[in-house]
Amino acid sequence: MSEPVLSIENLSVSFSSRRGVARVVDGVDWEVHPGQTLAVVGESGSGKSMTVLAATGLSPRGAKVGGTVRLRGEDLGAMSEVERRRARGRHVGFVYQDPMTSLNPVMPVGRQVTEASEEHLGLRGDDARSRAVELLDMVGIPSPEQRVDNYPHQFSGGMRQRVVIAMALANDPELLIADEATTALDVTTQAQILELVESLQERLGTAVVWITHDLGVVAGIADQVAVMYGGRILEHGTVDHIFGSPGHPYTQALLAARPQPGVRADRLATIPGAPPVPHQLPPGCAFYPRCPVRGDERCRTEEPPLTEIAPGHRVRTFYRAPHSGIERPAS
Amino acid sequence: MSSHDLGPTAAETDHSHGEPLPADRNRVWTALRSNIPAAVGMVILAVLVVVGVLGDLIAPYGVNEVNVDQMLQAPTWSHPFGTDELGRDVLSRVMVAARVSLMVGAVSVGLALLAGVTLGLVAGYYGGIVDNVLMRCMDVLFAFPVLLLAVAIVAVLGPGLVTAMVAIGVVYAPIFARVTRASVLSVREQVFVQAAVSVGASDGRIMRRHVLPNIAAPLIVQTSLSLAFAILSEAALSFLGLGIQPPKPSWGRMLYDGRGFVQDAWWLGLFPGLAIFVTVLAFNVVGDALRDVLDPRQLSQDEARRAS
Repeated sequence: MSEPVLSIENLSVSFSSRRGVARVVDGVDWEVHPGQTLAVVGESGSGKSMTVLAATGLSPRGAKVGGTVRLRGEDLGAMSEVERRRARGRHVGFVYQDPMTSLNPVMPVGRQVTEASEEHLGLRGDDARSRAVELLDMVGIPSPEQRVDNYPHQFSGGMRQRVVIAMALANDPELLIADEATTALDVTTQAQILELVESLQERLGTAVVWITHDLGVVAGIADQVAVMYGGRILEHGTVDHIFGSPGHPYTQALLAARPQPGVRADRLATIPGAPPVPHQLPPGCAFYPRCPVRGDERCRTEEPPLTEIAPGHRVRTFYRAPHSGIERPAS
Repeated sequence: MSSHDLGPTAAETDHSHGEPLPADRNRVWTALRSNIPAAVGMVILAVLVVVGVLGDLIAPYGVNEVNVDQMLQAPTWSHPFGTDELGRDVLSRVMVAARVSLMVGAVSVGLALLAGVTLGLVAGYYGGIVDNVLMRCMDVLFAFPVLLLAVAIVAVLGPGLVTAMVAIGVVYAPIFARVTRASVLSVREQVFVQAAVSVGASDGRIMRRHVLPNIAAPLIVQTSLSLAFAILSEAALSFLGLGIQPPKPSWGRMLYDGRGFVQDAWWLGLFPGLAIFVTVLAFNVVGDALRDVLDPRQLSQDEARRAS
């Protein structure tokens, strides 16, 4: 297999506060290869966004980051701040959740799209403009020659997200990071954006890390899936592993909580309880308090290791309940 | 943000039909002209600038043309604003003083803007200890009553035009620093700033291209208000004899000189006072209108208004 674009080993992020140390990411490892899509799923506060931010050197002030991150084989931790910034601008593109706020309202979109190119490739004036038109055209914005001078508020939500994607792709990055990129969009637009990203990925061979809590999106686009909970990976495998033979009770509970097309139910299944607070993680398995399996004393006091149960399929649990045979939905 | 942007029906539709906008300058200009108070304010400011520049050339009499025979005359056709205790034409003096007032306003506010915005931007963007040190210094300056501080600075540097401008500039810098910092704090948390960081833009570039343009509106309003206050401060300093030195005319000084004659010669105080009042009002009205117009988020509404 080719060299991974981004590989994360034993990544941890913690914050010290008056209430104690909050470990928001703990011992996370995964990698993405060119042309592949890794979906990182989890509830709010499971550490999925923080993993990616820390991996690219964008963690907020006060965060203590540990572990090794390699971008195209180069150790990001060994780089200076300036080198890291350059590597990020040159090789990584970001798409954010809310296209209403991720564009500067007082700058024409064309200039924003090529900002990274101006900074890192020295693109200027007419060159920058024609590159912006080219990028807007690529992401499917009609009459890009005119739209390049428009301001963000003159675009609809879906169009804005296309602009953000164009911006992320400006320097032909090897890696695209989409943080809940379709969450703020309606279903139709979401489908269009997913389709766009998939076709661009096919054409450009970009690796994609897609952070989401929407399992429908995951089923549609991902090759690999990492399920996160309480800052840890609970299960990691291919889409078929996760949807076909989920090994962790949490993954199973998540899958059971999805609305099923064609099945009428009065209420959707839920997972009782709430995710753990980062500075008060349970001593044992993070999911223990909400776990339907409720194993034994060991679950409460000892953290289960992430064990490989099939090639490329890792699960962090002592008790693998027989899976309920949930079918992978047709994408 | 207009509500139609949020609806699902807005998905993938095109609001402005691809027609590029006319140059920004035209838009601002049209919008300003259609706002009647702003238009009046701009006309007044334009007249003031012309008077300020041409001052002594178009004044009917010399500024210091003493004519004791004609002293303390009430307004007449030959002396529309009357004459003062030395028989000098008040109209001519008010006209020539316009230059001083405008210059003091522009230069001192320029100084305050430059210093205040730079400090506020750096403090707000970097935060932490930089923010603390800079803003506490600003707080110290801010703690003094405006005039007291200006008087203190003038006392140290000696009275005169340049000193007055520097003093007023220093006095108003903290306000700009505060306005800037507060706005920066909210803008720097926006996702688009984070996005700029993520594409590897440098701090300087982010401050210049993303933060500064987004805080322009409060700064423009603050500038217009400060121009008005700076002119008032200059008048006050001159009134106290610490600004423009006689025999050079200044509105504040004329007001001071006229106060002894309020009962006998109301025109001595009224006209310089009116000049200050009208100028300050004009700056405020224009600044207010500029704030509304310069914000590109208002663009769709303006277009809609024009189309209807």
